[in-house]
Amino acid sequence: MSGLGRMSGGPGARRPGPGGLVLDGLTVGHRRGRRTRPVLEGLCAHAARGELTVLIGPNGSGKSTLLRTLAGLLPPLRGAALLDGDDLLGLAAPERARRVGVVLTDRPDGGLLTGRDVVALGRYPHTGATGALRPQDHACVDEAIDAVGAGGLAERRLQELSDGERQRLLVARALAQRPSLLLLDEPSAFLDVSARVALLGVLRRLSREQDLCVLISTHDLELALRLADTAWLLDGDGAFDTGSPAELAGSGAIGRAFDTEELAFDPDAGVFRLRDAGDGAAPPDRVPEITRSAVVDADAAPPGHR
Amino acid sequence: MTGTLRGAARGRGNDGRANPPDPADGGAGDRSGRTVAAVLLGLLAAVAVAFALAVALGSVTIPPAETVRSLLGAGDPRLGVLVRDVRVPRAAAAALVGAGLGAAGLLTQTLFRNPLAEPYVLGVSAGAGLGVALYVTAGTGAVAAFATGGLGAAQGGVSRLGSVGAAALGAAILLGLVLLLSRWTRSTVTLLVVGVMVGSVVTSVVSLLLVWTDPRTAQQYLVWGLGSVDGVALADLPVLGGIVVAGLLGVALLAKPLDALLLGDDYAATMGVDVARVRGGVLVVAAVLAGTVTAFCGPVGFLGIAVPHLARLAVGTSRHRVLVPATVLTGALVGLGCAIVGHPPGTGTVLPLNVVTSLVGAPVVIVVLLRSRRLAAGSVG
Repeated sequence: MSGLGRMSGGPGARRPGPGGLVLDGLTVGHRRGRRTRPVLEGLCAHAARGELTVLIGPNGSGKSTLLRTLAGLLPPLRGAALLDGDDLLGLAAPERARRVGVVLTDRPDGGLLTGRDVVALGRYPHTGATGALRPQDHACVDEAIDAVGAGGLAERRLQELSDGERQRLLVARALAQRPSLLLLDEPSAFLDVSARVALLGVLRRLSREQDLCVLISTHDLELALRLADTAWLLDGDGAFDTGSPAELAGSGAIGRAFDTEELAFDPDAGVFRLRDAGDGAAPPDRVPEITRSAVVDADAAPPGHR
Repeated sequence: MTGTLRGAARGRGNDGRANPPDPADGGAGDRSGRTVAAVLLGLLAAVAVAFALAVALGSVTIPPAETVRSLLGAGDPRLGVLVRDVRVPRAAAAALVGAGLGAAGLLTQTLFRNPLAEPYVLGVSAGAGLGVALYVTAGTGAVAAFATGGLGAAQGGVSRLGSVGAAALGAAILLGLVLLLSRWTRSTVTLLVVGVMVGSVVTSVVSLLLVWTDPRTAQQYLVWGLGSVDGVALADLPVLGGIVVAGLLGVALLAKPLDALLLGDDYAATMGVDVARVRGGVLVVAAVLAGTVTAFCGPVGFLGIAVPHLARLAVGTSRHRVLVPATVLTGALVGLGCAIVGHPPGTGTVLPLNVVTSLVGAPVVIVVLLRSRRLAAGSVG
């Protein structure tokens, strides 16, 4: 089991190191002129290839800032991030696009582009100046569409699709870039429960099948903890813990980050419970009860519109 | 049908759009490569026919046989002058105006992801207007001599070359200003607002100049503002045509990153697009196209907004590899149509270009958009 947390090493050092993503004293935040406002400081962590890593934390704890920095949309303030031993944050944009696929919280309209057009955009960093697709690019696009089970969506327009379908095509687009690292910012934010389970199941399966390092930020704590191999936990006060979901739950770190006056995390059941048990059952809207079997089903057979 | 079968059925080595449209699609999806090629060829043929009509028809009735003779240099020398020195340049200018403004409009609509964006939101027409206003109000004065290198002073009043030079200079200065401001903002939306604001400041300066000047001078500015392809002479065509064609090549080179921009600036950046550089390229190409057209023909409204929408309707896709040629051809066609309508055969009158584009063209576009079953027709991405 990897991803047990804090690694050490000189910043920016290039070395054979472990595969996947390594944060090495990374400080992220915002820069305005000469003033910097760090959001998260000195992060050290490891997300292995072939594993699903979840980034969890309350609103405003810096999840998006970290992901946007890793995606190259925000300059880092200090420190380094290594991808398979190379300086990720120093890569030129086209090279980064060949190694990192990103799904953002934006919900693009896509004009008159079809699902297949959108997935084909993932070949952008691999094609020439005209953007013409070669046979191997078409094969790659087909493969990416199949991988997320979106065969029935390929000829429909992006703007006609539901949020869940759109999100799956955007994941396929990222896969078509043939990355080794997949970054997803709140991929399930607009989805209903079954679509969330399906999407996270697809991501977990992809991490294994394609030996991808998958890092997602999510608010869907209970589902994330069930499916993830590793969790990166931000508690909102700048503290950062990594480990397997079981370790983080057992050590009480999750409770410290998320507990409120009314709700407390129950590490044994992996769900939140009302502190005052006399008040009755936990409100169902705060506690989506997802059964083991639903998760396993989603994992084994990705739903598709066929 | 599984995705694998679908993939295997697709013809390899094709453009990739050659797979037949899914019958279950209800016609809402993309059109196949063959249909797109047919549409583009049809547009090309229509442009050729419209060009012939624009040369053959006009306020003065000339029989077709006489028109052909005049083109060949035989026949009545007076009609020859009319055909070769007036109608051919007019038709060519109309096609160039439509193609240039249409392509520039497509660039701005994709860059700002706004269906109402047009090249003039970059302030180029306001800049050109300021140049012309300064020129006509200063007459043969120092400003005009500076703006045109003295070329404009020839006729003692306002010359054509003078106003072209003044408009080009004004558009170029505004382009420089907008480019400078664009370096300070990462947000495309901010840039759009800045462009509109700069344009309105410049327009109000123009209004001040006109209020303070002799009404007869102001009249000259107003006539320029109506837009016209009549003033373009045979000698202007190499300059107008050369710059517009170069600009259209620039648009073609931008087709790949423009597709990525349809998903938004951030997504484009994660796919390897240098967003700042593409944005600079788009601004320069759009402003050069619109500025050149405006310098020669005045600020021509409506084409920049409408032509890209008509082109999207024609080809049913937002992929710029298809949409750019479709927009250029549609623009040339619409421009020629406006020129034909603006010179009603046998009436001896000429309608101002902006009157035709807006009064006739806008309702046509509204009807076309509303009648089309494609609800998505107005979208840009």
